[in-house]
Amino acid sequence: MSKKTYIEDIERTLYDIKNVDKSVYKSQAGLTEEVVRDISKRKNDPDWMLDFRLKSLEVYESINIPNWGPDISRLNMDEIVTYVRPDAKMVGSWDEVPQDIRDTFDRLGIPAAEKQSLAGVGAQYDSEVVYHSVQKRLTEQGVIYTDMETAIKEHEDIVREHFMKLVPPKDHKFAALHGAVWSGGSFVYVPAGVNVKIPLQSYFRLNAAGAGQFEHTLIILEEGSSAHFIEGCSAPKYNVTNLHAGCVELFVGEGARLRYSTIENWSRNMMNLNTKRALVEKNGLIEWVSGSFGSAVSMLYPCSILHGEGARCEFTGVTFASKGQNLDTGASVIHVAPHTSANINTRTISKSGGAATYRSAVKVTKNAHHAKCSVNCESLMLDSESRSDTLPVMDIEVGDVDIGHEAKIGRISEDAIFYLMSRGIDEAEARAMIVRGFVEPIAKELPLEYAVEMNNLINIELEGAN
Amino acid sequence: MLEIKSLHAGVDGKEILHGINLTVNRGEVHVILGPNGSGKSTLMNLIMGHPKYEIQSGTIKFEGQELNLLAPFERARLGIFLSFQSPEEIPGITVENMLRAACQAVTGEKIKILPFRKKLQAVMQELKINPDSANRYMNVGFSGGEKKRNEILQLLMLNPKLAMLDETDSGLDVDAVQIVSNGVAKFHNKDNACLIITHNTQILKSLTVDKAHVLLNGQIVAEGGTELVDEVSQNGYSKFTY
Repeated sequence: MSKKTYIEDIERTLYDIKNVDKSVYKSQAGLTEEVVRDISKRKNDPDWMLDFRLKSLEVYESINIPNWGPDISRLNMDEIVTYVRPDAKMVGSWDEVPQDIRDTFDRLGIPAAEKQSLAGVGAQYDSEVVYHSVQKRLTEQGVIYTDMETAIKEHEDIVREHFMKLVPPKDHKFAALHGAVWSGGSFVYVPAGVNVKIPLQSYFRLNAAGAGQFEHTLIILEEGSSAHFIEGCSAPKYNVTNLHAGCVELFVGEGARLRYSTIENWSRNMMNLNTKRALVEKNGLIEWVSGSFGSAVSMLYPCSILHGEGARCEFTGVTFASKGQNLDTGASVIHVAPHTSANINTRTISKSGGAATYRSAVKVTKNAHHAKCSVNCESLMLDSESRSDTLPVMDIEVGDVDIGHEAKIGRISEDAIFYLMSRGIDEAEARAMIVRGFVEPIAKELPLEYAVEMNNLINIELEGAN
Repeated sequence: MLEIKSLHAGVDGKEILHGINLTVNRGEVHVILGPNGSGKSTLMNLIMGHPKYEIQSGTIKFEGQELNLLAPFERARLGIFLSFQSPEEIPGITVENMLRAACQAVTGEKIKILPFRKKLQAVMQELKINPDSANRYMNVGFSGGEKKRNEILQLLMLNPKLAMLDETDSGLDVDAVQIVSNGVAKFHNKDNACLIITHNTQILKSLTVDKAHVLLNGQIVAEGGTELVDEVSQNGYSKFTY
């Protein structure tokens, strides 16, 4: 008779430590023109941005929430506080960051990582960025890495030319919401031919209960440049619903290479309705590495528009849905030009009644002859109460293409567990080993410290009582 | 060392073994013969503790300890090992990492990477296993022969007290059987024991068989020494009835 592994709800102490809410200003809950005007005024927006916000609000009011995907009816916008200004100004030295906020980022390992392995760091707390730095060597090469607010002031033309051009507010309801109330986020500009070899990282922490975070990330890589951007996010758990509706726009120039890595570990009261999109020019490359572990509901499908001939996309994703989570993730690729290629490789895991859906859309337009696209998605269910679905959609408008799709949905094999146990490995560790093995092809794509974090998250998720 | 008494057991409520008695002492080599479907693998899985199989009555004792309520990993830690007929593939976990985890689990001691790797490479060389296999995922993409040799590698690294080999020699070419046979011979000594299921007497060449048992429809119908192995390999099972 084998002992049953009892898997408890996870222990997320590290992420769950709440700070006292010391915000100096909060907008009133709900979304009205008055709230939007107030945010804009407090942020000293230029006039065009205020107009943009108001137009987005109109769009927001005119469209419905998506009629597909997970149930998001528990999200009541009238209860969400869209703007929370922390009691901190953006500074370039951790010593000047208020102690409680500094402690939070210390626990998350950001300042330590900055010393060891990052070329620049941005840290956002609730609605505003509280810390930003970039190595002088990069600044001297013309690299810009700063918060969006500073970018609007100092590089208004570039921002105006690109802001929400890839993800227009009318794209969907939460893109419109983002356009109306966005705050914070990072701006990266890499001039032609410059290679940023060490990663830049922005970390988004939402501390206030019942609040929304709407950071905007805009990255522009000019011809022949390269960079690696890492995005991290987390929040402590509250009994009320929090909302994350960020927006990421990536412009990858001719022959440029961008790697965009995310480990998302929102708390289980978060609705994560995030939109990410990349436009890739001739022979450019976008590499997405995406880990989704947290949130109550996620809808996240980073999109790559392969716009120039020979543009490429590599998408690597892992999603882990546990009790009470409905994580709907995947990717989308639009082949617009000839000889473009995409490779989508994902692993999803569900356990303790969690639901994980892989959803993808691949479109090959008439002009994109000789396009290549390969999709490989594998799902693992750790028990019989959990759910896993695979919904790949392909829309091919041209004949001369090479498209492959492979999907596997499986349960954890009891025979494999028995095999490991027959070698002396206990049941909980045997299960953890099989799960770690399942995501290994993804883990090896991650930067080391993120692979370690992902392994820790998996171990926390699987931790048994015996 | 191993003592099985009046064992009635099966799967999904269906009895497969009907009253097995079997005693294996330290230092002995036992062979279980029998046609396909006679219950040989079921017996080994029961000794190892596969959750699918259930004991209806009877006992299995190892060194005086009743095994019935022990999980497979606890049995492994007591010193029981099973070389599987069809070893499982474990994607993403390398042979070296799994074996180090297993050795640590069985010995209860932390094992350093470098000395472990050295020992592993030496044993792999004896079994004529390509040293690069240590970094391959456990059994993934291995040929039938590679999987079986990998089982013997685990046997030699874990060094249990009781080694059960379930058709470890089937599906192997002559040279590979020789390698496996030598590996088992290297493992065997006066302090441990082997329980071997085989249809092919080749694997026994490097060993001295102490006892052979013929299993037919879930019952042991004949017992003897090497002469029984010869009898079966020449004439099959037709003379045995139950």
